[in-house]
Amino acid sequence: MLELKDIQVYYDGIHAIKGVSLTVPQGALITLVGSNGAGKSTLLRTICGLKRPSSGELRFKERNLLDMSVTRIVQMGISMVPEGRQIFPDLTVMENLRLGAFTRTDQDEIARDQERVFSLFPRLKERASQKGGTLSGGEQQMLAIARGLMARPSLLLMDEPSLGLAPILVEEVFRVIWEIHREGVTLLLIEQNAQAALAIADYGYVMESGSIVLQGKGEDLLHDEAVRRAYLGQDIGA
Amino acid sequence: MTLEIFLQNAANGITLGSLYALLAIGYTMVYGILRLINFAHGEIFMISTYFAFYGTAIFALPWQVAFVVAIVLTALLGVVIERAAYRPLRDAPRISALISAIGVSFLMANLGLVIFGGRPKTFYRPPIFQVPIELGGVRVVALFFVIPLLTAILLVALNYIVYKTKTGLAMRAAQWDFDTTRLMGVDVDRAISITFAIGSALAAVGGIMWGLRFAEINPNMGLFPGLKCFIAAVFGGIGNISGAVLGGFILGFGEIMLVAFLPGLAGYRDAFAFVVLILILLVRPTGLLGDKQRVKV
Repeated sequence: MLELKDIQVYYDGIHAIKGVSLTVPQGALITLVGSNGAGKSTLLRTICGLKRPSSGELRFKERNLLDMSVTRIVQMGISMVPEGRQIFPDLTVMENLRLGAFTRTDQDEIARDQERVFSLFPRLKERASQKGGTLSGGEQQMLAIARGLMARPSLLLMDEPSLGLAPILVEEVFRVIWEIHREGVTLLLIEQNAQAALAIADYGYVMESGSIVLQGKGEDLLHDEAVRRAYLGQDIGA
Repeated sequence: MTLEIFLQNAANGITLGSLYALLAIGYTMVYGILRLINFAHGEIFMISTYFAFYGTAIFALPWQVAFVVAIVLTALLGVVIERAAYRPLRDAPRISALISAIGVSFLMANLGLVIFGGRPKTFYRPPIFQVPIELGGVRVVALFFVIPLLTAILLVALNYIVYKTKTGLAMRAAQWDFDTTRLMGVDVDRAISITFAIGSALAAVGGIMWGLRFAEINPNMGLFPGLKCFIAAVFGGIGNISGAVLGGFILGFGEIMLVAFLPGLAGYRDAFAFVVLILILLVRPTGLLGDKQRVKV
């Protein structure tokens, strides 16, 4: 569904992405793990058109994304839950959700999706008319995910959705990710919580200073010694 | 001071306050979305009066048509200025766009001198606005009712656009963060253009009513109203539309009342706004209705 071939990106003069190739098949849950500054976020921003690669190929549903505007890419069915949540603090929960569905015109279906995200996150329904900035960190993350779903994406990109959340909320976020996956949405998930991400992913990529250094089935990576040492904080002997 | 004279002054104050409010909204809307003080806004206001003047005087259009054409042209002018002078500097340090704004302001005032001539022009005033109306012992011309009424209607319309439409939602989202707003599928450049169009159109309405009220226009007329309305926007809390309206009314009303009650200070009427600016910056730098400064992340 999504295909990256030898993508090169420069960011403020730094060679941030050095020839990344990656495939996200329809319906799959793919994860991209790696340490801070490996270029994971830059890669996601490149997929949705906020960053432009200097070379390489980027295709979604057989269409070339490189000459499409961000708006067009969103209309194609790619939606992102950005790093650090980035909800609109001065807008109400409802308005945040309406922005998620901004490119859509099918009012009835939008209303249906709204009910769907409210059933997924009942807390948001209670706080529908509250400003986004007054929500707790966990609720803001729920809102960011709900907003991403309001676009009714065929591919959802998630950038560190569990970052900075209490363990119980991390669990909740992964439960929701699994739920979304089960409903048939294709997911590309970036996580610093490699353990949890690899455990639910069909396939994983490990990124290091701008390149993919390892890839494989989620489970296999989870048991790979190099991955365990580098990202799961576990010594082989332990 | 008799009651009649006070009411007369009150009508004056409300009228001037309305004009200031219309002009102040443009400053605050542009600041809200671009974090830029559009110093060219006063000149946009000035040029709108010339659009209307040429429409009636040279092209001999009926005044209704001339005024509407002037408003549309002014809105386009605002959009063009943003495209030409601010958009190329979108990613540059903020001071660059500010300098560019000051440059555009000087450019337009001086182009005005060259093209329109320095001598003031007499603005066409349709007789319908000069019909005297007597209310509670006060005789004022119809214009004194038209200006506040039209301002009120425009404020309601603006409120509707900003808070009830998708376009308004996009504009308010863009105030927070461009990239996140783009990720929603919003065309941020378009939202910014619409902001300039609305702000400039309101300045044009203010400009035309200014012409109707004071009868004379000249290429330097944008300077003081521009500065005062910038102050009104800061006074009300820059970025906040209600604040700009409130600031505009307080400044306009205060200026008239200062002259009315303290005629000895009449020569300082232009200084009034600046004293207000200094006071608000000392006491409450975020303005009357301004939030605590929120830093974009």
